[in-house]
Amino acid sequence: MRHGKYPFILSFLVLPVGLYAWLVILPFAQAFQISFTDWSGSTNQFDYIGFDNYINLFKDDRFVIPALQHTGIILVVLPIVTIAMGLFFAFMLNVGGRSRQGRIEGVRGAGFHKIVYFFPQVLSLSIIGILWKQVYAPPSFGGLFASGLQALGLPAPVNGFLAEKDLVLACVIGVLVWSSVGFYLVYFSSAMATIPRDFYEAGIIDGAGRFQLFFKITLPLLWESVQTAWIYLSIIALDVFVLIYVMTPDQGGPDGASEVVGGVIWKYAFKFADQAFASALGVVLFFAAMTLAVVTLRAGRREQIEF
Amino acid sequence: MATQTPETAGPARPAEKRTPQKEPKREGAIMNVFSQGFLWLWAVMIIVPMVWIVLTSFKSEREIASDPLGLPSVFRWENYVSAWNNAHIGQYFFNTLQVMVFSVTGTMLLGAMAAYVLARYQFPGNKLLYFGFASGMMFPVFLALFPLFKTLDNVGLLYTYPGLILVYIAYSLPFTVFFLTAFFRTLPSGVAEAALIDGAGHYRLFFRVMLPMAKPGLIAITIFNIIGQWNQFLLPLVLLNRDPDDAVISQGLANLALRQGYEGDPGALFAGTVLAMIPIFIAYVIFQRQIQAGLTAGAIK
Repeated sequence: MRHGKYPFILSFLVLPVGLYAWLVILPFAQAFQISFTDWSGSTNQFDYIGFDNYINLFKDDRFVIPALQHTGIILVVLPIVTIAMGLFFAFMLNVGGRSRQGRIEGVRGAGFHKIVYFFPQVLSLSIIGILWKQVYAPPSFGGLFASGLQALGLPAPVNGFLAEKDLVLACVIGVLVWSSVGFYLVYFSSAMATIPRDFYEAGIIDGAGRFQLFFKITLPLLWESVQTAWIYLSIIALDVFVLIYVMTPDQGGPDGASEVVGGVIWKYAFKFADQAFASALGVVLFFAAMTLAVVTLRAGRREQIEF
Repeated sequence: MATQTPETAGPARPAEKRTPQKEPKREGAIMNVFSQGFLWLWAVMIIVPMVWIVLTSFKSEREIASDPLGLPSVFRWENYVSAWNNAHIGQYFFNTLQVMVFSVTGTMLLGAMAAYVLARYQFPGNKLLYFGFASGMMFPVFLALFPLFKTLDNVGLLYTYPGLILVYIAYSLPFTVFFLTAFFRTLPSGVAEAALIDGAGHYRLFFRVMLPMAKPGLIAITIFNIIGQWNQFLLPLVLLNRDPDDAVISQGLANLALRQGYEGDPGALFAGTVLAMIPIFIAYVIFQRQIQAGLTAGAIK
């Protein structure tokens, strides 16, 4: 690759790099800058006020503190539940079937299950939000769960599940899990397919049950995939917003019971016109995402097993 | 993941002499019932809400509230007519298509160009650029929303499709470049060298040789981007919210859902939701293998 190499490189990079710098890198850099000012966003006047916004973040009991707590809860619950279910179902599909002459097999209909489980992943969050809002709706609006409970003669929340302060966050997390499990099922399943069957058969000969097979063979060999999944789900957890926007009363209610960091940033930026404050919270979110990725990669590093 | 082919030799042992200590048949049978039970339970959890919303979309407003669990007494297709015309679902479809024809093409073209150069040419700053793109995958979009809003406003592209298209492309680049760089690196270099010796220029080499060779990777990431951009919500919510008629599909549906309290035509809302699900469902059934591969491919490094 000799003549004309640099003009070629330049001509191929100028558009993508230019666009990326203009619409991604620069706005992020500006947001960092804005977070040290008192800019409302609507006028051109602002002063630099140092770290005041950051200090005030942690005094905002109405929005920011609950949002940090709720996002923290989602950050812990969503990856654990989704990965556990994804691994469980993937193991069932691949190794959960009958054994024939000592050979371990997957269950029947594995293809069908994969197709069904994965489908929510391709639906937009606003469709999923509308669907589940109606599922959780009060009996007077024909909600599926509430009407089902009533039909069984059980009590149902009169105003629907999403109007209950104690239930709303769990309801939203449930929808997140519902829509993500299929993706991780397929992801773990394709990773499991690379594990040689001999390993399981050797384990069975040594008298191992399925649970031992899972914890002693499958899980250690899938460790790297689990780690990647954890990072992906953490990012999803930090960015939760659309479901809250579509499903919950007042986009974070009732009474702030489902405020999340993304939603609060959006509220301060576009409803309360306080750009500087919104940016400060965004910077916190930014560093949370970066830290998580680094920590997950460090903590999860293990000796790689080649086979 | 280590992806070497499994050792087939293994410990030598004749197949018919396998005598596991536990009774494999019974344990296997119990396990089978157990796993089938759980698998079907979850499948039902996925299917029931979807089928239910399809049934609900044929009901009248009163029927939705009074008989939520039953079948619709008559199939009210007028809900669908109302969704398409009065609720503007048709318009939103067309808007989304208009945006995506350009945004997906642009993403793929610019993404493939950058990834190709970063993967196969050595030059100062190569690593830095690659890292710059790849780290963009971690950035929370919320942080950039307002500066982005101002940037587009300054150049007169706020509330316009060209503005939204450029933003879609820019925000799809990190993952596209990350994924395609890895893909271009795996292509054999012998073909490229042969083409160069035959006198092909760098441009010819890219368009005639490398792009066709990268087809599987390009298809996977195109599917990824189509689904991602079709479902995009946050960016249009902020950058395209002046005229409700301009809305893209996911935004339009959400607006419709939020207006329910005042206008109250739940039948049309659910009909609109089902309408928005139909093309995705059809595409999913036809291409489900490619879609699953395309969406999970990104996670497999």
